[in-house]
This record gives sequence, C-alpha cells and structure tokens, in this order.
Amino acid sequence: MSNPIKNRYEFVLLFDVENGNPNGDPDMGNMPRVDPQTGHGIVTDVCLKRKVRDFIDMVKTGEPGYDIYVKSGAILNLQNKKAYDSLGIEPKGKKDSPDVRATEFMCKNFFDIRTFGAVMSTDVNCGQVRGPVQINFGRSIDPIFQQEVTVTRLAVTKEEDIKKGQTMGKKQILPYALYRTEGYISANLANKTTGFNEDDLELFWDSLVNMFEHDHSAARGKMSARKLIVFKHATELGSCQAHKLFDLVKINKNSGDLPPRSFSDYDIEISQDVPDGVELIEKL
Amino acid sequence: MGFGFRLKVWGDYACFTRPEMKVERVSYDVITPSAARGILEAIYWKPAISWKIDKIHILNQIKFDNIRRNEVLGTIPVSKIQKAMNGEEVELCQDANQDRAQRASLLLRDVCYCIEAHFEMTKKAGSDDTPEKHYNVALRRMRKGQCYHYPYLGCREFPAHFEYIEGDIPCSYYSGERDLGFMLWDLEFSEDPKVEAKPVFYRACMSDGIIDVEKCLCYGGLS
Repeated sequence: MSNPIKNRYEFVLLFDVENGNPNGDPDMGNMPRVDPQTGHGIVTDVCLKRKVRDFIDMVKTGEPGYDIYVKSGAILNLQNKKAYDSLGIEPKGKKDSPDVRATEFMCKNFFDIRTFGAVMSTDVNCGQVRGPVQINFGRSIDPIFQQEVTVTRLAVTKEEDIKKGQTMGKKQILPYALYRTEGYISANLANKTTGFNEDDLELFWDSLVNMFEHDHSAARGKMSARKLIVFKHATELGSCQAHKLFDLVKINKNSGDLPPRSFSDYDIEISQDVPDGVELIEKL
Repeated sequence: MGFGFRLKVWGDYACFTRPEMKVERVSYDVITPSAARGILEAIYWKPAISWKIDKIHILNQIKFDNIRRNEVLGTIPVSKIQKAMNGEEVELCQDANQDRAQRASLLLRDVCYCIEAHFEMTKKAGSDDTPEKHYNVALRRMRKGQCYHYPYLGCREFPAHFEYIEGDIPCSYYSGERDLGFMLWDLEFSEDPKVEAKPVFYRACMSDGIIDVEKCLCYGGLS
C-alpha cells in the first residue's frame, strides 16, 4: 500500500441521540445499554465499528481495495462481484511462507481488516492482524433515563388473532443523551502490518462524521455526530500520554437541575493548551 | 535485575479471559503476567529483549460487570484466501447476520495495577544491544507516554492508560493474604513454529495486594 500514515493519533468523538436507542442490550430485552454502577449509558466499540464498516461499504461499493470483510445483510449481491484482481499479487516466492502473503492480500483488499484487524486462523495458522485503529466503549456524559414506549399496530400477524384488532409493541428510547467515545490510531501497526494509509485515514474521519447520517431507523431516533476532535502527534510513537490529551476535552452540563434534552444543554470546552509535538484538529 | 521498571496501568474495563471460560468470556480477578507483558511490549519491544514480570500490585478493589454483545463466530479460512489470490471467484466476506452469536462477557471494572518488571537479553541480541540502551529507550517511552500501539487490558476495546511511577507505589485496597487459585502465567512458545505454544499456569497468591510472580511460580508452575 502506498504511503501508510506516519503519525500517531488519538480522537474524541461526541455524538448524541434524541428519542432513540443508540445501542440495545441483548441481556436486557434490548433496553439501551447502561453501566449498572453509575447509570451512564454505554455504546460498545463493536457497535461503532459496525457503522464505520457500513458507511465505507456504502460510499466505496465495488471499488477495489475497499471491500468490507464483516458484512451485514445480503451476501447474495457479492456473487456478482468481479473476481479478485490477481495481477496485483507478486508471483509465489518459495522463501516467504504463504500465510504472510495471505495476510497482505487481505489487508490490501479489505478496508476493515486494514483498519481494525481480523482473525485469520484455521489449521494452517495464518495468525491475526492487529489493526491500527482501536476504539473503546462510548459512555454518556450524564446518567441516562431509559423510557419504554408502548406502541400499537392496527393489524395482526396471525389469523386467529383477528378479533384482537390490534397488537401492542414496545420501543425503548432515551429522551436525550450525549455520548463520548475515544480512540487511538497506531502509525506503527499501519506501517508494519496493515498498510493503513493517508487516504484511509481521511475516509475514516469521514465515516466517523457521517456514519450516523446513513444509519437512521425506527429504533435509533435522531442520532448525530457532534464533535470530532483529533490529536495528531508529530511522530509515529507520539509525544504525550493519551489520557492527558483526552483530559483537554471537557464537557459541562448547563441545564441546571433540569435533565439535558439537547446538545445546547452542554458546554464543550476544548483546551488549546496542547503539549508540544501534538496538533489539535477539530474535524467537526 | 539491575534495570527494574515500575509502571502504573489503569482503565475503566478489563477482560483477562479465563481459558476454561472462553465462549462466554469470564475474566480472571486480576491481570495475568502474560497480559502485563503484552502491555510492556505494546510500549517497547525488540527481538533482543524479553520482558519478565516480577510483581503485580492490585491497587483497586476487584469489581465485575456483565456485558453482552453480538459477535461473529467464524474466522477467515486461509484456504479461501489462497483461492482468491489465485484469481478464483470465491466469497471472502463474512455475513454478520448469518454467522453471529450473542455472548456475554464478565468484565473487570475500574482496574488499576502497578507492574514491576525487568527485561532479559535474548539470543537474538547483537553486539550493539546493550541492556543500558534498551533500558533507556523503554524508560523514555514510558515517561513520555509513547507506545508502538496503544496498550490494552486483555482485549483491545479496553485501553490501558499508563504512567511510569517515579516515587513510591500507591497503597493497595487489599491487605492480608488472598489465594487467587491457578491462573495463566504465560504461554511458552517453541522455536519450532509448528509446535503450538504451551500455556503455563501458576498459583497466584496476593499478599497485601501484591502478587510476587516469581515467588508464586516457585510454588510450581503447571503446564
């Protein structure tokens, strides 16, 4: 891959939800995830990665090098995809073990493997690829308030239920919540392992900013990315501890005793007092 | 042993999966020496050195939390990749809806450890690989917060913040003796890549919040 990234990055993404369920908990009958100890809402790393994958799949459909390995939904469409371009692969060398080339091949062809890594192992151990991008659990700024909304449908599914006239259903929503998630990008893993390059990085930022715009559904309500703050280190190894950078972004509730119900109920304070060798970039 | 390191690591969540409970992951009570080694390697490692964990201080109370997630079951078969590389038409992606399982994980919450470690030189060390050099590079990185990739607490979604401890090690929540049972110590890798790595277990005993890994290993490692 051409020009893998040369800098370490950290990022803070703020996103909010209005009257929706950002991430259901399969253990709790799909209620929004909550940290039982503090009452704060949680959005898992894999939930956000799914949205990034779906976004890339949408904007880069059919483009070589931007395939998505872990797909959701119709796999049938893939039958029509053109055969892999075998020209890009060097002839088999006897010295290299085939697994390394297989790994390279996967990184080259799949955006999500290049970005997040993947496990490729069978009887021939092909090992794992650790991707440069690492995301942690998103957490809400304040404890969340989960609400169950009962809805009705004026039709029934089964014939024997015809007398009922209507069926009841449930929706789980949060009236409002602002979430914060943090992530890390390792230039070393990009360089030495997966070839995650500058174009991929731009695409990744783009996906964080826009992924909610294409993920609307009855369950989600109104979700939007509100802020994306990127810390770019001057070097591959970085210039400062990540938690110090994350501490530069402070979020304060300004709605007083009232529960927050909109993004304007929060003040976002981004300190410009950035350590040497780190550049603060506000992508959104 | 002249060059010791003392690193504080902490995070909101951690999962040091017990090998006997992997399908629905259950974490050990505390970090394993193998995971601690992984953290150090994420910060600095060269083939010339090999990290050894001496002591683990458990600073916070041990607390658990349950999280259930949708996960993909399968892995990528190498044979399929090889076919695709040869230009054959095969499906290479996984369908997350078809190949999926809901799995719970029992995670640790609000962990904070102090890792005491040193490194030993390996056979791969060349003539200019002096312990002083590696010590200084590693120390510089720990002090500045530099790392090869961001370290994590068992799984990559649980990042490990780290800080070099210059002064005294903070006091632990725990006092007295506590037997944590048999825990994974580390994997012993063979020189021959065809031979699978062998897990080695040790009896972890916590005394005033400190696990003396070397001492516990002396009680007998099991593999």
